[in-house]
Amino acid sequence: MLRLEPRRQPSKTMRWLTPILAVAITMVMGGVLFAAMGQNPFAAIKIIFLDPFFHETFGPYSRSQLLVKAGPLILIATGLSIGFRAGVWNIGAEGQFVMGAIAGGAVGLALYPADGIWVLPLMTIAGALGGMAWAMIPAFLKIKFNTNEILVSLMLVYVAYNFLAAMVTGPLKSPDGFGFPESRSFTAVDSTSLPMVYEPLGMHAGVLVAIGVVIAAYVMMERHLLGFQIRLTGESPRAARFAGVNPALIVAVTLGISGALAGMAGLFEVTGPAGKLTTNFPVGYGFTAIIVAFLGRLNPIGIVLAGLLMALTYIGGELAQLSLGIPAAAINVFQGMMLFFLLAVDVFVNYRLVWKKEVK
Amino acid sequence: MTKTLLEIKGLSKSYPGVKANDNVSFTIQEGEIHALLGENGAGKSTLVKMIYGLVRPDEGDMLLHGQHYMPHKPSEARNLGVGMVFQHFSLFEALNVAENITLGMEHAPPRAELNEKIIEVSNAYGLPLDPNRLIGDLSVGERQRVEIVRCLLQNPQLLIMDEPTSVLTPQEVETLFKTLRKLSSEGVAILYISHKLDEIKSLCDHATVLRMGKVVDTCIPAEETARSMAEMMIGGELSMPTAREFTPGKTLLHLESLSLVSLDPFGTSLANVSLELRAGEVMGVAGVAGNGQDELLLALSGERPTDPSMIKLSGVEIGGMGPTTRRALGLLAAPEERLGHAAAPDMSLKENAFLSARVRQGLSKSGFTLFGKRDDFAREIVEQFDVRTPGIDNAARSLSGGNLQKFVIGREVLQKPTVLVVNQPTWGVDAAAAADIRQALRDLAASGAAVLVISQDLDELMEMSDTFAVLAEGRMSKPRPAAGMSVEQIGLMMGGNLEESANA
Amino acid sequence: MDFSALNPVSLMVSLMIAATPILLAAVGELVVEKSGVLNLGVEGMMIIGAIAGFAISVETGNPWVGMLAAMVAGAVLALIFGFMTQFLMSNQVATGLALTLFGLGMAALLGQSYGGMKPPRTPRLDIPVLSDLPIVGPILFSHDVMIYMSIALVAGVWYFLNRTRAGLVLRAVGENHDAAHSLGYNVVMIRLAAIAFGGACAGLGGAYLSLVRVPQWTEGMTAGAGWIALAIVVFASWKPWRLILGAYLFGGVTILQLNLQAMGIGISAAYLSMTPYLITIIVMVIISADRRRASMNAPASLGRNFHASH
Repeated sequence: MLRLEPRRQPSKTMRWLTPILAVAITMVMGGVLFAAMGQNPFAAIKIIFLDPFFHETFGPYSRSQLLVKAGPLILIATGLSIGFRAGVWNIGAEGQFVMGAIAGGAVGLALYPADGIWVLPLMTIAGALGGMAWAMIPAFLKIKFNTNEILVSLMLVYVAYNFLAAMVTGPLKSPDGFGFPESRSFTAVDSTSLPMVYEPLGMHAGVLVAIGVVIAAYVMMERHLLGFQIRLTGESPRAARFAGVNPALIVAVTLGISGALAGMAGLFEVTGPAGKLTTNFPVGYGFTAIIVAFLGRLNPIGIVLAGLLMALTYIGGELAQLSLGIPAAAINVFQGMMLFFLLAVDVFVNYRLVWKKEVK
Repeated sequence: MTKTLLEIKGLSKSYPGVKANDNVSFTIQEGEIHALLGENGAGKSTLVKMIYGLVRPDEGDMLLHGQHYMPHKPSEARNLGVGMVFQHFSLFEALNVAENITLGMEHAPPRAELNEKIIEVSNAYGLPLDPNRLIGDLSVGERQRVEIVRCLLQNPQLLIMDEPTSVLTPQEVETLFKTLRKLSSEGVAILYISHKLDEIKSLCDHATVLRMGKVVDTCIPAEETARSMAEMMIGGELSMPTAREFTPGKTLLHLESLSLVSLDPFGTSLANVSLELRAGEVMGVAGVAGNGQDELLLALSGERPTDPSMIKLSGVEIGGMGPTTRRALGLLAAPEERLGHAAAPDMSLKENAFLSARVRQGLSKSGFTLFGKRDDFAREIVEQFDVRTPGIDNAARSLSGGNLQKFVIGREVLQKPTVLVVNQPTWGVDAAAAADIRQALRDLAASGAAVLVISQDLDELMEMSDTFAVLAEGRMSKPRPAAGMSVEQIGLMMGGNLEESANA
Repeated sequence: MDFSALNPVSLMVSLMIAATPILLAAVGELVVEKSGVLNLGVEGMMIIGAIAGFAISVETGNPWVGMLAAMVAGAVLALIFGFMTQFLMSNQVATGLALTLFGLGMAALLGQSYGGMKPPRTPRLDIPVLSDLPIVGPILFSHDVMIYMSIALVAGVWYFLNRTRAGLVLRAVGENHDAAHSLGYNVVMIRLAAIAFGGACAGLGGAYLSLVRVPQWTEGMTAGAGWIALAIVVFASWKPWRLILGAYLFGGVTILQLNLQAMGIGISAAYLSMTPYLITIIVMVIISADRRRASMNAPASLGRNFHASH
């Protein structure tokens, strides 16, 4: 009989191997899915994973989208991973993303059409604070009333969506927008437009910030006391209390950081790729970032790779939509499968499969 | 002439890295009280789980009344008349007594009928129970009654009892023994697992001794001494600890009417606990599990802050301070639960060393970990306390119970505390490691520190303590010199009669 | 402002219709949580149920076959979660989230060609004579069958949990899986059964949404209903009857704000649309604030994985 047997300690090899294994299984199962939809699975996989880099016509544009899409995913996922490692489940990053964009965007619109290099940094700070404030609601309720942060942060996503709708049809509506539910364009004014650092790869200033955040997060988690306390809280809450960790502080800090980073990502999105606040500028990065965080093993370096991979599936998915007519939803299924398979093969980090005979 | 009830023939069972049982054979007669003796980790629990159908052996056979017997699951065992009372009870706190009992029965009668039967059987055996009470509200002794009554309602022929007395007061132990003798006289065989040799001497007809998974000896306990049986268990000479001169120094830890509300819905709150612990003193705190031991440790470690004046360390009011500040001031603690409280299971020994020793050993600088210093300290613990591990990179949970406990105690002792509080320092630890740990704690006191040992093991406390107190229902007796106390006195105190100490 | 448009009887009826999908999903999740498992994938199972129920009803022309299909689809999805958490010991929170993300994508994919269609009508059950009574008639005795069924399901679950041996075993498993295992109960199988039941209920709730409540298929149409079902289980303190209270409270808020939107009372529709979510948060805060009681009622093994170590 096949049985799972606990390992005496987690396998380091498996820790690195399982994400790769999960991606491989996803490709196979994705192929099956595409075949079931009447597509040539090999062509579909090639379009999604290779064409964004190498296709003659689409390649250059696709390559320039890679970091544009990976940037916010990495930024949000890095924040989420810090919370997840502490056992604090912020799944409302999407809402914090939206509120950050609104808060930062509102500052920009209030200053419109001010000129100066200080405008964008100010908006970024406002965006981070907006996202953080939104995340502090579940943090406060959890600390004060022991309310489940998963459900509260998720509910607040819907509140944020509605708030966005209220803003772009109300106070933040563009006066020159012919009544469309959208704000003024941020990219039309230099002072509120996110500068592009390296066009061919789509590296805008937000991507640089994301890289800085990843490094800072790595240092904090591996070398600093706060990171130790966060990890300890996630591993064993009682041992953390014994070590003198204040659980309320960890909840506030981890939710605060992840909210601030999501808010910042939101601000970068509206001052860069999206260009303005509209009801459909949030495309679900806040949710996809959860997959990125897990696929990256909740480790800042892994998250960079996972973020790039996930961005690739977005871009490749668009290409597949264009050339094969594969619906956009298929890519969401694909991403969902990736998380599923990762969680499934993860069992081999802590367990090994053994064959056991039994007596009658 | 008695008949053979159960014959065990060559049972073996392996787990990764351990051979838990190796070709174990013995027989149990009808109506016999048969002891299974052995140290922690000798393979007793695995063996009885095989008899009860919870674990399948790799090899071997069993005969019940001469018939092939190999239960696939506990319900089969129960159907054939084999019942078991677990060491860690298989009870459900949020359910009531009757619900708990019916869950362990194959053909449970309707509720009203069952309730009557529970009352009838429990009274007949001197174990009165109210079927409608929640398990969570019962004392440990009462919970054990539920387990026993559950077995008795199914008319067992063999009753397996896994360390039944480790959680009972001496008086409760007496009641239990009466019940067991009555059962035995009615023809029920009892397989009794324990490492308490005096109990086995007074109760059991035969004993089988296990060591490292093998049967190493059999004996008739009445014809042996506790010492000779202990030597069978450990397979060597038993060394007795040396007596120590005790001259108390100045008061280091002062508790004054310490009160703390338990956060656990089934926990016990502390009420007006007062004591003075002096330099060089080892004070033992006895008590049945769940009488406020955990709460006392939390209050002292700083995990649950109290009113500042309730706890004084060398005259400084520290009740309101958290664990980190208390450590800096010299009050250290080692909680009962090694994995998940004293140590983080999946973290390495290095990180677990850092966990509580950061402040006193200076293992970080402006918040950044000093890796070299941290690793050196972890290595020092491993070397000085003889922690058996392939290396300090290994996860805490990969260590055996005894080795991890040595690591945890070593981590605190090496920080040179002013006062050290330990809860159940040798629970589930093999005899050699337990002796090392007790010695380390006594050496610490001899060097001028004060040690508070909370334990449910009376023998351990009698062996180690200079002074002695009892915790019952969250209240504490007046500490008094350990020398000259009788087991009866202690037993009455543990049962909640704290006046005993005041009158004596 | 004209409040006369707010007819209390029709409000009550639409309230019950709005509450039913959530009630169905919540009663399933309650059983799952009572067995000690936290499945956060309710939203994903609901939306899969919504599209499966819709598509099969359209194809067969029979809403009952559609609802059955929705239950099967929900249960299948739930069993993926069950397999991963019970056999592969994956983290329940993460796996539940994965289920939701996967379900939302899968439903959108399956629903490509069903946008804008009308499903076959689900028959109503007007109880003769009684349904003709003024006020009481329309509120109590004149609904589609599923509303009666949802109430019956709550009653059935209450009876199962509190009056049957199987229900007692299920609660025991959720309370202390190690003890249940040592008494010889198959923790994993019992939990799988509960998980499948929860999935079927969530799927049915989703189908009610697309077949009766809306009735139409639109992408992402559950709009958080699955999460609200999870919140309502907490609100009900794991007691079946209180689920009705929670679901109807939510339904009431939803219907009220929709009516206010329709009346145009001068508050932006977007703000009114927030209220059901805000109310849910407030209700959860009130319930969870009493820590001692909250920890008494929650199944003690909730969310913890079980692995028989021997």
